[in-house]
Parts: sequence; C-alpha cells; structure tokens
Amino acid sequence: MTNRIDEPTGTEFVGHEWDGIEELNTPLPRWWLYTFYATIVFAIGYMVLYPAWPMIYRATAGTLGWSSRGDLAREMKAADAARAGMVAKIAATPIEGLAADPALMQAAVAGGAAAFKVNCVQCHGAGAAGSPGYPNLNDDDWIWGGTLTEIEYTLTHGIRWEGADQTRANFMPSFDGAMDKAQLGALTAHVLSLSGKGKPNAAGAQMFADNCAACHGAGGEGLPAMGGPALNDAIWLFGGTAADVKKQILKPRHGVMPAWQGRLDPVTIKMLAAYVHSRGGGQDAAPAAPATQSAATSAQKANPDG
Amino acid sequence: METVVKRLGVWALVLLASIAAIALTPDAGFAIHMGIVALVAVILIFATASSYDPLAKAQSIFNMPPGPSRYDDDVIRWGVIATMFWGIAGLLAGVFIAAQLAFPQLNFEPWLNFGRLRPLHTSAVIFAFGGNALLATSFYVVQRTCRTTLALPGTARFVFWGYQLFIVLAATGYLLGISQGKEYAEPEWYVDLWLTVVWLAYLAVFVATILNRREPHIYVANWFYLAFIITVAMLHVVNNLALPVSLLGAKSYSAFAGVQDALTQWWYGHNAVGFFLTAGFLAMMYYFVPKQAGRPVYSYRLSIIHFWSLIFLYIWAGPHHLHYTALPDWAQTLGMVFSVMLWMPSWGGMINGLMTLNGAWDKVRTDPIIRMMVLALAFYGMSTFEGPMLSIKAVNSLSHYTDWTIGHVHSGALGWNGMITFACVYYLTPRLWNRERLYSLRMINWHFWLATLGIVFYAASMWVAGITQGLMWREYGADGYLVNSFVDTVAALHPMYILRAVGGLMYLAGAGIMAFNIWMTIAGKVRAEAPMGETAHDEAADRPLPIPAAAQPAE
Repeated sequence: MTNRIDEPTGTEFVGHEWDGIEELNTPLPRWWLYTFYATIVFAIGYMVLYPAWPMIYRATAGTLGWSSRGDLAREMKAADAARAGMVAKIAATPIEGLAADPALMQAAVAGGAAAFKVNCVQCHGAGAAGSPGYPNLNDDDWIWGGTLTEIEYTLTHGIRWEGADQTRANFMPSFDGAMDKAQLGALTAHVLSLSGKGKPNAAGAQMFADNCAACHGAGGEGLPAMGGPALNDAIWLFGGTAADVKKQILKPRHGVMPAWQGRLDPVTIKMLAAYVHSRGGGQDAAPAAPATQSAATSAQKANPDG
Repeated sequence: METVVKRLGVWALVLLASIAAIALTPDAGFAIHMGIVALVAVILIFATASSYDPLAKAQSIFNMPPGPSRYDDDVIRWGVIATMFWGIAGLLAGVFIAAQLAFPQLNFEPWLNFGRLRPLHTSAVIFAFGGNALLATSFYVVQRTCRTTLALPGTARFVFWGYQLFIVLAATGYLLGISQGKEYAEPEWYVDLWLTVVWLAYLAVFVATILNRREPHIYVANWFYLAFIITVAMLHVVNNLALPVSLLGAKSYSAFAGVQDALTQWWYGHNAVGFFLTAGFLAMMYYFVPKQAGRPVYSYRLSIIHFWSLIFLYIWAGPHHLHYTALPDWAQTLGMVFSVMLWMPSWGGMINGLMTLNGAWDKVRTDPIIRMMVLALAFYGMSTFEGPMLSIKAVNSLSHYTDWTIGHVHSGALGWNGMITFACVYYLTPRLWNRERLYSLRMINWHFWLATLGIVFYAASMWVAGITQGLMWREYGADGYLVNSFVDTVAALHPMYILRAVGGLMYLAGAGIMAFNIWMTIAGKVRAEAPMGETAHDEAADRPLPIPAAAQPAE
C-alpha cells in the first residue's frame, strides 16, 4: 500500500492518470453489490417459476404452470361465466320482447354501449352523434326505420354492403345533365322550403313531384321502407345548405355500413340494437304504414329537434 | 495535380450515377434523394477544381483558430456546431408534434403530418443531436486520454461530413414519406448502406487512435465509446437487413417477418437506447465530470464491474418491449429478468459520476456546469430505475402503449442525454475556440432552470397521462363491460398534452439561450457579469505527448 492517499476522501489512488484524471481505489459500495445480487436471485427464482429456458421443442413451463395465453383464456372465461345467464336470456328473447323485462333491457343496453365503443364510434362518434356523412343515432330521423326490429336488421345486414345478400340498398340517380341551372335552383329552393328554410317554389315543386317524391315522399317526409331520407326536417346527412343540396342532386353520395353478421354474434347485435334504440329516437311500433309515417313526420316538422 | 484530377473523376462518377438514377427511377422521393447526392457531388467538384477550400472559408466565419493546433480539433469544432444546430432543430420538431397531439389541426398534409414529423423528431434528437455530440466528444476525449492526435485525420473528416449527409437524407426522407417503418431505424436501404460505410470509418479512426496511444492504459471513457461504436454497428447492420424492390427505388422489404421481425427490431431499438444513449453518454460523463470537478474518479473497481455487467446484460433486455404479444413467454421472461438485473449495473455509472464530486460538492453551488452534470446523473438514475420497473410484466400491463413510456423516455432523453450534452458543449466551446471563458456563465443558470422546469412539466404530465390512460383502458363496469372507448381516453388526456407541450417549449427556450451563449462565445464576446466559479483550463498541458524517442530497446 504505497499508493498516495486522496486528502478529502482518505482513499488511495489506483495510480493511473489520463489527461489529469486519476482514479480512486474505492471498493464496490456494499449496498450496490448486495442489491445487484438480490436482483440476480430474483431473476433465477422468476425463471424457475415462469416459462424461461428454451429447449429443443419448447421452453420450460415454469413450476407455476403460468402462460400468457392461459392467463387470457382464464380471464375471458371468468368474464363470460359472469355474463352467461344474461346472454342466454337475451338470446332466447326475440328483440321485440326485450322491453317486457326492464332488467334484461337494461343489461342489453349496457352490453350494447360497450360494443358500440369498440365497433361503431369510428363512424358514428363516441356519443353516437354522427358527423357529415355518418348518421346521428340520437334523433328520431331514421333513414331505414327506427324500431328495434329495423335497427337489428340494419346492423345484421349492413347498408350497401357488398357480399351481404340481404343488405339494405338503394341508389339515388345523378341528375347531372338532366336539368339546367335554373331548374336546379328551383328544385333546391323547393327542397329547402320543405323544412321551412326557404320560400315555396312552384316550378321546383313540380320537378320534385316528378322526380323525387317516389322515394322521398310527396311532402319530403321520407320513405324508410326504401331508405329514402326525410327532407322536411332540420336533420341532414350530407349538409343542409343550398350548395350541399345541389351537390347531392348532381353527384349523390351513398353511405356504406358493414354487415355485422358473422363479425359479431347475434346477442351482441341485439344488444347494439337495444342501445341504439335507447339513445332517444327509438320508435315503438312495427314498421309504420305510410299514413302514420306522414303524421309522425309532420310532428317532427313542428319540432325539428324532436 | 494528379490527385485533384483523380478526385474530380470520382465526384464526376458519383454525379453521373446519381443523375442516371434520377432519370431512371419512377420513385419521386428516391429521385429527390439522388438529387441531394448529386448536389453534394457538384459542390465537391467545384471545391476540388478551384482548389478553393470551403472548410477554411467557413472556419473563418465561425472564428475557428486556424491550422491544426496541438490536438486535431477542427472536426470537433464542427461537431459542436452541428450538435447545437441539430439540437435546436430536433427540439423544435418535438415541440411542434407535441402541439399536434394537443391540436390536431396543426397536421399539414402530407409533408408535415404527425406520422412523418415524429421520426424526424426522434432521429434529429437521438442521431443528429446525440450522434454529433458523441462524434465530437469521442474525438476530443480519445485524443486527450491517449495523449495523441487523431489517427486517419482525413477519414475523421469523412466520418463527420458523411454522417451529416446521412442525417439530411434521413430527415428529408421522412418528410417525403420514405420510411421502412422500423422505429428509430426508419431510413431506407441505400441510406442504411451509406451509414454503414460511415460508421465503419468511425470505428477505424477510433480504434487506430487508441492503438496509437502514448498512455499505457485505456481510459474507462474509451471502453464505453468503443462498446457504443461496435455494438451500434452490429445492431444497425442486422436490423436493417433488407431486400430492395429495385436498385432505382427507395422501397425495400425486411429480411425478417412477423414476430421475428418485431424481436429483431426491439433488440435493435432497446440497444440503441442501451449503447447509443447510455454507454456512449456514460463515456462523455466519465471524462467531462472528473475534468470539470477537478476530482479523481470515485471507484476504478466499480467502473470495471459496472461496465462489463452493463454490456453483458443490456443486449438481452430488448424483449421487454414485446410483453403480452405473440412473442413466446420464455423470451418475455428473458427480457424482463435481464432488465431487472440491469438496475444496479446502470446505477454504477450514476454512483461513479456523483461520488466523483466527493470533496468538491461545494461546486454544485458555484459552478453551473457541474450543477447540470449532477442533474443529468440524477435523471440518469431515475430513468434507469424506472426502466427495470416498467419491464416487470405486472407494471408493464398497465404502462405499455401509454404515455407513461413517453414520459420515461423523455426523463432519460431530456434529463440525462440532453443535460450531459449541454454541460459538455459548455465545457468544450471556450477550450476549442481558445476563449478566456464562456460569453456568460449566468445564462447557464437560466438554461438550467428552464430545462429543469421543462422536464418536470413534461415527465409529470406524461406520468399522469400514462397512468390515466392505462387505468381507463382496463376499466370494467359492474356489468362486465369496458367503461371507456378509446376516444374517451384521448379526450381525458387533452390537458396533459397541453402541459407537455408547455414543458417542451421551456426546454427549447433553454436550448435557445444556450445557442446564443455558444454563438457569442465563438464570436469572442464576454458578457460583463458578476463572476461565477469555473474550472480553470491549463492551456499548456492540453497537448499530445511527444512520440517516444526510445521506442527501440536500448542495446
């Protein structure tokens, strides 16, 4: 021990020097060394308990028999078991019968809300309020009908969904080239007047009766059986300004919704229908006859926020 | 004259090849990249033909002392300027993408959307700012601790400028949408090949300088630099193995697929952190902390044990990035236990750095550069504790994919890498430009507090955001269904995202003050201010040892 001693710390130098930097011969801090050993002991223990050592065909399984797949399967099984009674009950109940059992309806709505967050919010928004091109599901304006049965059908088969035979489909023709600028203006003015946004236009009314009423209804009240949207309220899928209406007449856009049959099980679809129906605009009756429909829409007209 | 003609020929060939590539490629981004290469070739043709030395001209702009002084410091001066420049650019990109996350309207399609700017930010701060700091300090430290000048000085210049070309190609590539989609390894095959050439040249310069040393032993900082250079070369080459679709296009496909690709990527990604941002920066710490403190290194034994244990353990820890994925359970176990064992070896560096201040703790009060170094080591200690903790599967199931990871990375990157780099640049600038002292020591104080506060804002907001996110994702209601949709969690994080951007802005402001301070120091100005403690620089001792005359044994 002939090495020099560092004054402030009382430790000896190692004896090397680089560009003025020297090193002390301090021993390893004990707490550092023992903590290091402890982590090594922990590592070895963990490797005994859990899958760790790769062998020729598979790794050692560990004495606890734990695996991440097994872990997931166990948790999913427990969750499924907790819901099994309710799921079986919903599966056995036709969708119109859900309302008869408030507790079951509540469970279906809760399940639908969860499934909605995973599968539907991407287009319809977190609050189901939609956005331009994607329908708002909180109001009572239903393009394809708003009863539980109709909503379930839409969910099951989708809208304009290729590969689904029973998908809901209709196509609005393009009127580009079929009318001149003045006619287009007149028709637009009439369409806007249906919801009280403009003055009546006689020429436009005639064109509407000739070209549009077959799908949208004589008064623009819509025809859910054909998927003809109502034009007499303040709810617009692709925008309600004169420019938006003109654009839709000339170059109609058509929304697409996937068919969920095959992707989601029937109970989940039923629960989603219950949830969407519960958002505030769900209709009670079976598909309404045109006369009733017209009465319902004139009520809407008086109170567009409905 | 003959060499001038030869060089002209080489540059003309490069120019021709790049013009041919531009003409033949159907890929616009690749054509722009070849345009950049052609531009470099044109500049070099003019530079060679007119015997006009643009470096000398630029050096006079930056007031670099003329001529090769005792140590070969030209390329280091350039490295300091590049570090500062890319640092500001990278931090600016970071603040901007933080603002984009809080205010998505700031995504300007297609060049300035988040998807393209995010790799620009990460590469700019890690590889441009951090990489230039490592290049410059390694060349500085290896000369001084080996007491010799750089071996292969021409190659050293090639390494620096070649690396800048790599950065420009990588950065423009991201904005043009050229990416192979591997995190921290986004550049495409031809840029990867170029970097491989540059990196091997770097290894050659560094090793040759060590072999030329006039000291009997290799200093610990050089072990760390060498580990960093060798391992990064290996990681870079293996992870970027890919087959180009065409030699005239940017696109390539990785040699790996599926979970093998993921594991290779995170073996690379984790060790980019381990060897680039940890080993390399520990090397900086091992030279500059004892120099600035004027104290001997705390423990030689600790430096040996923690060096070898760090090097051995780090390389296995990558699988912890793939917990609860398709990666087999045994590999996840491997990643986790090696990460846990890594805790103490990482802390060995912190202990050796902090305890080197034994006998000089008063300098934390008087010397702002020491204060920065101490803060850097404290953040190094915090993030190397947090890392092993996050690698434990139970913790990881909450933290993975959340902003907690982002907070963890930034407490390391801003706190450790950023602060130690700033301290080293503050140390280097007056010495490299022969200035009496920095323009202002008090401005370092401003920088220090702005940066510290910025990191606190950043890390704290991301911790809160990450844990909120993790808890919301896994929240189940009594009826057995998930309570929150993804967008609910995004909405809940909005205030945290704004706080994060504020933190980043403060950190950027500190770096802006530093850039001004460095600029004024290089310009030779000294601010009139009350004096603060600073370590004296012994100009006369800062030179290589003479070549030993008695190399041959006396007869």
